[in-house]
Amino acid sequence: MLGWELPPHNSGGLGTACYQLCKSLSKKDLDIEFMLPYSADHGIDFMQITAAHPQGVTEVIRSGIAYDSYKYILEDGSEEYLDIYAQQQLYEHAVARLVEEKEFDIVHAHDWLTFRAALRAKEAKGCPVILHVHSVESDRAGSAGGGNPLVQEIEGMAMLAADRIIAVSQHTKNAIHRDYHIPLDKIEVVHNSIDPAAFEPLDVTNAYKYLSALKAQGYRVVTNIGRLTIQKGLPNLLQAAKLVVDKHPKTIFLIVGSGEQYYELLTLAAELGIGKNVLFTDFQRGKRLRDAYGIADLFVMPSVSEPFGMTPLEAIGYGTPAMVSYQSGVAEIISNCLKVDFWDIREMANQITAVMQSDALRDTLHANAYREFETMNWDNASHKIEALYKHHLAGVAS
Amino acid sequence: MSKAIVLYLHVHQPYRIRHYTVFDTANEHDYFDAAYEDQESNERILHKVATKSYIPTNQRLLQLLRDNPQFKLSLSITGTVIEQLERWSPEALDSFKELCATGRVEIVAETYHHSLAFFYSRAEFEMQVDMHKRKVQEVFGQTPQVFRNTELCYNNDVAFWADKAGYKGVLAEGWDPILGWRSPNFVYRPTYTNNIRLLMKNYKLSDDIAFRFGDQNWSEWPLTADKFANWLNDDQESTNFNLFMDYETFGEHQWEESGIFGFLSHLPGEWLKKEGNTFMTVSEVIDNFEAVDTVDVPNTITWADTERDLSAWLGNALQTTSIQALYDLQESIVTSGDFALIEDWRRLQTSDHFYYMCTKYFNDGDIHAYFSPYKTPYEAYINFMNAYHDLKFRLSQKGVAV
Repeated sequence: MLGWELPPHNSGGLGTACYQLCKSLSKKDLDIEFMLPYSADHGIDFMQITAAHPQGVTEVIRSGIAYDSYKYILEDGSEEYLDIYAQQQLYEHAVARLVEEKEFDIVHAHDWLTFRAALRAKEAKGCPVILHVHSVESDRAGSAGGGNPLVQEIEGMAMLAADRIIAVSQHTKNAIHRDYHIPLDKIEVVHNSIDPAAFEPLDVTNAYKYLSALKAQGYRVVTNIGRLTIQKGLPNLLQAAKLVVDKHPKTIFLIVGSGEQYYELLTLAAELGIGKNVLFTDFQRGKRLRDAYGIADLFVMPSVSEPFGMTPLEAIGYGTPAMVSYQSGVAEIISNCLKVDFWDIREMANQITAVMQSDALRDTLHANAYREFETMNWDNASHKIEALYKHHLAGVAS
Repeated sequence: MSKAIVLYLHVHQPYRIRHYTVFDTANEHDYFDAAYEDQESNERILHKVATKSYIPTNQRLLQLLRDNPQFKLSLSITGTVIEQLERWSPEALDSFKELCATGRVEIVAETYHHSLAFFYSRAEFEMQVDMHKRKVQEVFGQTPQVFRNTELCYNNDVAFWADKAGYKGVLAEGWDPILGWRSPNFVYRPTYTNNIRLLMKNYKLSDDIAFRFGDQNWSEWPLTADKFANWLNDDQESTNFNLFMDYETFGEHQWEESGIFGFLSHLPGEWLKKEGNTFMTVSEVIDNFEAVDTVDVPNTITWADTERDLSAWLGNALQTTSIQALYDLQESIVTSGDFALIEDWRRLQTSDHFYYMCTKYFNDGDIHAYFSPYKTPYEAYINFMNAYHDLKFRLSQKGVAV
């Protein structure tokens, strides 16, 4: 398997999805070797993890965020920072070198950063290649057909050459077909899932002491967790927040995450006159992340285009009902949540206000969502993927 | 000894709430006026149901009444649907009047607004039953003798009330846990009453028509009129087969393509072939047969879902908080003297609003979803509560503290 990140060194959903999927797949009669572009200890025993370093590099140290530069430490002791495209190229060459000495039946690659590497492996070994699409460039760019042409070129070329494509939702399958004209029957939808057993119970005391105090005074909290980037639709959420605060002044919006829109969003909140109601916390993990879910009365994911969207399920796991945009994959698999179009600011505000005003709505929504959450697991996904492996290995000479 | 089919059809349409947001509250008071093309448009839905169901079904019923002097049926028709017919389909309303003019169609009493008021306010409940009675007298020229509560909600208190109110009969679901080994195909007497009689729906036979008729996976499909009549003829003991169902079964729940109209047109002829077989209205069956036993119903039963209780309307916190909030306004609303406000409050009492908020089978996309114009129970609740807050705003404008 070719991937870009695994927890705890993940920046978002991609690493978690790869980890959970491999964990479930490892219960089957399969040996997985997972190649990463950096070196780190992940504490994982159910598969082999290999750092695909380029020649002449002794160590690659990744920073917290997916699209930041990594630090490459070279054999001569010198250091170099490389951008994401250059990293992708180095990874490709490193994988191409490593696979020559390895035996494997199939290559399964996660997202565009690993796609060229996957094709190099196919070229060298003639094995089937399955591309697992967790997002396409137009999702990340926040507009259909948009994005970086260099990335689009890699995605388009690789998807044409691949034996099979896995999309994490119908939404993503449609996007692949729309952007790259890949025939629909080459694309299999395998929805992401979540492992309810992996959820740590929340502590009695919440890390957001100030918000706990406000809640005791009748305030209600709306949380968003995600990268502060165009794809996530946060300017619309702030516009809706303005309307909500007008109707229900005791509302706090907690925005957790970092990204290039940070200052823009900060300024927008101030310009809308809701600076006091919108709190930015920067990127968080661990207890502070869990408690940001836990303190909320409603979790909102207003993404413009979200291939899947794990955060609403995590919110439900931590006791908070969710609102998602129809333009998300997760909307396809959960019934008991509020759903709005990402552009429909007034409807977003209407529904958020309703939850702020009604604990009965909040609690019923969550109780029913949690019942759905409890039945979720990754085994359905790994069964489907195992079947795809078998299909593509049938008749291939070993 | 004669045997009767007691066909009773329930006609109802609610005033569905439009997509009514928090921004409409205190600004617009037109909760029930969706744009014609919207899912929640009452006018559009009424046109559809009138075209698919009311008009073609009444044509056939009228023909049957003309062709078969023994054919009779009973109808309940809510105030909210009569109003909508008056406004948007006078043609369909006229066809109901024509049925009644034959003298062989009996109208059953109920609440004007198809509400659950019996469980929240006896005064309001009695007001709505009275409103309905007067509407029926005005439109159809008859006074109902037999009572049914909304959704066939029934318990000993309903029977006791209806007895005191002077009704000769009351309708209920023939639910096995209540009847035990007994059959619904007889007349019964409710416990703690003397004069009133109880008619219990034969849900197996009724649902064969109302739910299973068009189901091609059903072992009895296709159900023909002669087959159905033979089932009843095979039963030697029974006196009355209570076929109670939604009127919209004909042409709406079961589409014309299923053959439901053919079934309806042929059933009287097939049934009346055998001597002694007849049709009776709900009053006639009470007049003609003695009660065979008493029936005790301490807990409320209804004709909905496998639970046959109130949980389709009052089963979750959304439903109970919203209906309680609504009835909490009773005194301020009724004493306001503002008839438009009172009428809007009553329209919000229609049980359908709470049915749309039901979450118990939401995951399965079942029958509840079929009847709801909203995408989710949560949207139904949000619209309702925004309208409720507007009622409160209107009261506050009149200087009433709420």
